[in-house]
Amino acid sequence: MKHPRIATLALASAALAAAMAAGTASARELVLGFQCDRSGPTQLVGNFLCDGAHDYIRLANRNGMFGEGNSVRAFEIDHGYNVPRGVEAYERSKEAGHVSYGLYGTPHTYALTPKLTTDQVPGTSPGFGSAGAANGQSYPYVFPVAATYWSQAGAAVQFLMDEWEASGQSGLPKVAYLYYDNPAGREPLEILRDIQGRIGFEMREFAVPPPGVDMRPQVLDIVRNYKADWVINHTFGKAPAVSIKELSRLRFPMNRVIGFVWAASEADMQAAGWEAAEGYQALQFAGVGQNHKVIDQIKAMYAEEGKEAPDDKMAVSVYYNRGVFIGALHARAIANAIEAVGADNVTGDDVRKGFESISDFTLGGFMPPLNITPEDHEGGGWVQVWQVRDGAWVPITDWIQGYRDVIMEHVEKAEPPAG
Amino acid sequence: MINRETGTFKRTYAEDLAIFRTPLPKIAIGVIALVVFVIVPWLGGSYWLGGLNLIGIASLGALGLNILVGYTGQISVGHAAFMSVGAYTAAVILREFPGTHWLFAMLGGGCAAALVGMFFGIPSLRIKGLYLAVSTLAAQLIIEWVINHWSWLSGGAQGSIYIQPPTFPWIENGELVVRKMDANLHYYYLIYTVLAVGIVFALNLFRSHLGRAFIAVRDRDIAAEIIGINIFRTKLVAFGIASFYAGITGVLYTYFYSIANFESFTLLVSIQFLAMCIIGGLGSILGSILGAIFITMLPIVLDFILRGVGGAVFGWDDAAASAIMPQWNLIMFGGLIMFFLVVEPDGLAKMWRNFTDYFRVWPFPYV
Repeated sequence: MKHPRIATLALASAALAAAMAAGTASARELVLGFQCDRSGPTQLVGNFLCDGAHDYIRLANRNGMFGEGNSVRAFEIDHGYNVPRGVEAYERSKEAGHVSYGLYGTPHTYALTPKLTTDQVPGTSPGFGSAGAANGQSYPYVFPVAATYWSQAGAAVQFLMDEWEASGQSGLPKVAYLYYDNPAGREPLEILRDIQGRIGFEMREFAVPPPGVDMRPQVLDIVRNYKADWVINHTFGKAPAVSIKELSRLRFPMNRVIGFVWAASEADMQAAGWEAAEGYQALQFAGVGQNHKVIDQIKAMYAEEGKEAPDDKMAVSVYYNRGVFIGALHARAIANAIEAVGADNVTGDDVRKGFESISDFTLGGFMPPLNITPEDHEGGGWVQVWQVRDGAWVPITDWIQGYRDVIMEHVEKAEPPAG
Repeated sequence: MINRETGTFKRTYAEDLAIFRTPLPKIAIGVIALVVFVIVPWLGGSYWLGGLNLIGIASLGALGLNILVGYTGQISVGHAAFMSVGAYTAAVILREFPGTHWLFAMLGGGCAAALVGMFFGIPSLRIKGLYLAVSTLAAQLIIEWVINHWSWLSGGAQGSIYIQPPTFPWIENGELVVRKMDANLHYYYLIYTVLAVGIVFALNLFRSHLGRAFIAVRDRDIAAEIIGINIFRTKLVAFGIASFYAGITGVLYTYFYSIANFESFTLLVSIQFLAMCIIGGLGSILGSILGAIFITMLPIVLDFILRGVGGAVFGWDDAAASAIMPQWNLIMFGGLIMFFLVVEPDGLAKMWRNFTDYFRVWPFPYV
């Protein structure tokens, strides 16, 4: 009597153990590490952007994007834009076993590029770091994924040339390049000067020293002295709002100003005044506003969970949507990696390949038709031009590229970082 | 007794000059050295060593600034700029002369920073206190501007120079090979060896004529001049030594990150180092290290604690923790700085001294 019972018990526990083993074998929680600045100088970007990334990862988990039983944990650490803390955040996330990493901030991207390469973990740097990192051969583990400053420069010139032609004016426009005097501000100069040399329009550069809250002399120079036809505005922080205010004060037509991606948010327009900004154009690397399927899905997810959607966060849609964009790319890359090798075997290097096999992933027009390849980690350098019309951002072009051949020449020349 | 002066007589000049007079500190130093150089690297995982590396580098920088601010009484808010001078000098040396040993590049970085620091220390002869702080602020801004704009020096539009990681000799399969430093453990030994040298130098400095002159200048410069100290020279040397430490700190950051990038050496970083000195204790070597640990680790420790408490008590998930915690972290960070300064205005080093003084006379309340 006794023995069969023990046997049954043993059998049952063996079955249970087997089931549990099978359960753990097929379900894996992959870690997506990322860092954010929620308490430092760029917190007005970080607080919106990083929430967007979290929301998308949650949505992807709910939709079963990573296969039966698998999930992705978005493990975020705030670094307050402090480089040592950013390095610590990376190390902690590495300790948690991350297979993909979201960088935040240009100095952090620089400091962590060698570590990502050593650890063979892909890191995304949309809108940060160096444009040369688009070269996947030289920077195998860094993915700018969004249009770099070089591509933005190309697209901005393309756009203003098209507009100039469409307006029927003769000759070539006089272009003023108004930029923040730091490495990020100067990065596009190389491309702008090259394109200028090739097509021969007139261009003058106007540097604004950080923090860029006073640019009266520069703007006065642009409008009254240089009499520019077009202004390219590459500023950060409080400076975009100041530039718009100053340009509109001098009655410079706003529909002849084109801003880069960090001079393009609702917050900037609010600070400058939507009325003053009427007609202002800016480049975007992700969709703006809430009229997107993916945003509806996130709202539906909150509703299903019985929680209120973070409307105040979503209202700053330029940054929130960029977070969704970053989250979506990581999710896609991890899903690709799971598909290729199975959830249990996914390593950082597999996720790198997952990024490199992203093609035509647009989330229904929310994102550009990105095609990331082992050579091109930027995915084509697509941007869309949006314009302020009646106090809201409206898209006025399709996803565009500009002077891709010129930019690729420079990207190909990008040297690999030592290390 | 091992920790009391009673019965410890100074019978020779050597005994009189000894840094530690009683046996306990000598034993303690041995134990600390054993822990730092053997036990921690043996037990510590890569993550912990990475954190300790950041503390070690910050300690060296804080120690340098403390020599200037705490011991010589010259306020400087340009410390991070002098770090960037060291960082870029080493990076440029390694870029222009690829065969150079990293040790020479490091010393070159330190020396360049010392020269630049001495140059910007010249105003200290004529101005003191807050006025001098403003003049060192100018140093911070000028150096940042130069690195930002002289692209032939600072590596193109991005103002960054990637470098090859340092190497070290290693025995592999009975053969002597040259290995690249690519793990936190390697950097740990580099950083803590340099820090140990820095600490020993500083300890000895304040037993020497020069170090005593620093303290005399701090306490009353006119009196110091009357007893025959050349104030100008002393102040400049103080700037030089502090900047040398800063330069080496910058080089260590550069080696650790494999890149020289001036955005890691902003005014905010200078102020952070000043905060380390003040919280740790001005005019104290131990204080510099405690301050560096406090400022570097507090946000990280708070992050751990808040994440744990938030998860256990309020049921925060990752997203909620990420959104709420940084705000609490800032509040508590500021609050704790105030708390410690109110409890002990002379810094963490003074707290430690109170603690050891208690045991010096224990079990009596006082002698």
